[in-house]
Amino acid sequence: MSGTGPRESIFPTRMALTNTKTRLKGAQTGHSLLAKKRDALTTRFRAILRKVDEAKRKMGRVMQLASFSLAEVTYATGDIAYLVQEQAKSASFKVRAKQENVSGVVLPAFEVDRVPGTDFNLTGLGRGGQQVLRSKEVYAKAVETLVELASLQTAFMILDEVIRATNRRVNAIEHVVIPRLDNTIKYIVSELDEMDREEFFRLKKVQGKKKRDAEAAEAKRTAELAARELESDLAAPAEPPAATPMVDESIASDLLSSKDVDVIF
Amino acid sequence: MATSNPSKDRNLLAVIGDEDTITGLLLAGIGQVTQDHKNFFIVEPKTEIQSIEATFSAYTQREDIAILLINQHIAERIRPTVDKYQQAFPALLEIPSKDHPYDPSKDSVLKRVQKLFGE
Repeated sequence: MSGTGPRESIFPTRMALTNTKTRLKGAQTGHSLLAKKRDALTTRFRAILRKVDEAKRKMGRVMQLASFSLAEVTYATGDIAYLVQEQAKSASFKVRAKQENVSGVVLPAFEVDRVPGTDFNLTGLGRGGQQVLRSKEVYAKAVETLVELASLQTAFMILDEVIRATNRRVNAIEHVVIPRLDNTIKYIVSELDEMDREEFFRLKKVQGKKKRDAEAAEAKRTAELAARELESDLAAPAEPPAATPMVDESIASDLLSSKDVDVIF
Repeated sequence: MATSNPSKDRNLLAVIGDEDTITGLLLAGIGQVTQDHKNFFIVEPKTEIQSIEATFSAYTQREDIAILLINQHIAERIRPTVDKYQQAFPALLEIPSKDHPYDPSKDSVLKRVQKLFGE
C-alpha cells in the first residue's frame, strides 16, 4: 500500500491535496535554501577554523615574549606586582564589539579601544622606568593579539552553534517533513482513486440494474402483447389487462395505450 | 535589529591567572576596580579549587566582560567546568603563563577545532 508511513491527519479531499502539494513545494524550497545557507556558513567556518588554529599558536609565542619583558622589569626594578595591582583603578584597555553579518548570522568582532595615558605613573620611578614602559607596550600588543583571537573564537563558537541548528533543520525537513507530506499526498491520491473506483462501480451497478429492469419490462410487454393478441383472437377485446406488479406504473399505462392502438388497428 | 545586542555592553577583559600574568596584563591597562569587585583574580598554588571555580562562574555571569582570559594551567585545575562552558559571551581564552608553556592539545576550543579538522 502507498502512504503507509507517518502522515498528517487530514481529510482526503482535492482541496487538501492541493494544499499539501503547495506545502511540499514550500518545504522543498526551504530545504534547498537552508542547504545553501549551511554551505555558505561552512565555508566561512572552515576559514575561521584555520585562522583560530594559527592565532592560538601565535599567541603562545607572543605571550612568551611578553613574559620575558616582564622578567626584565623584575630584574631592573624588583617586584612591581603589588604596586601594579594596587594602582589598577579603571581600565584604559577596553574592547568594543562590532558586528559582521554572514548569511543572516550576526558575528561579533572585538576591537581594541585603548585610552592613552597610564595609571602607573609611579611604577619604575626609582629605576627601570624604560623597561616598565617597554613591557607595557609589549603586553598591550599581546593583549591586542588576544582580543583578535577572542573575536575569532567567538565567531567560531557562534558559527558552530548556528551550523548545528541549520543542520538540524535541514535534516528535519529532509527526513521528517518531506516524507510526511509525500505520504500525505500518496494517501490522499489513493483515497481519491479509491473513491473514483467506487463511484465508477456504483454507476456501472446502477446502469446494469436499469438495463435489467428495462429488459424485464420489455420482455413482459412482449409477453403481454402476445397474450393479448391471443386473447383478442379468441375472445372479446374488452377484457381488463392483467395486473403488472413488476413493472412501473407509467410503463404499464404505456403498455395499455400501445395495446389499444394495436387492438384498434 | 529587534533583539537586544548581547555584546554591546561588554567592553572589559577579565583575567584569572598567576601573579606574573596578571601583573603584565594590568600593565597593559586592562584592570578595572570598583568597590564591589575587580576584574582580575590572582591564583596562587595554594588557592582552593572552589574559589577558582566560584570566580570563574562569577566572571562568566557578569554582563560587562567581553573576554575572559585564564591561564592554561589554572584552566587545567578546573577543566570540567571549563570544558562545560559553551557560551559565546564572554569569550573564554586560555593563555599560557610564564612557567607553563602553551599546550594546544589541552585547549578546550582547540580540541574542538582538532575534532572538526579530523572529521
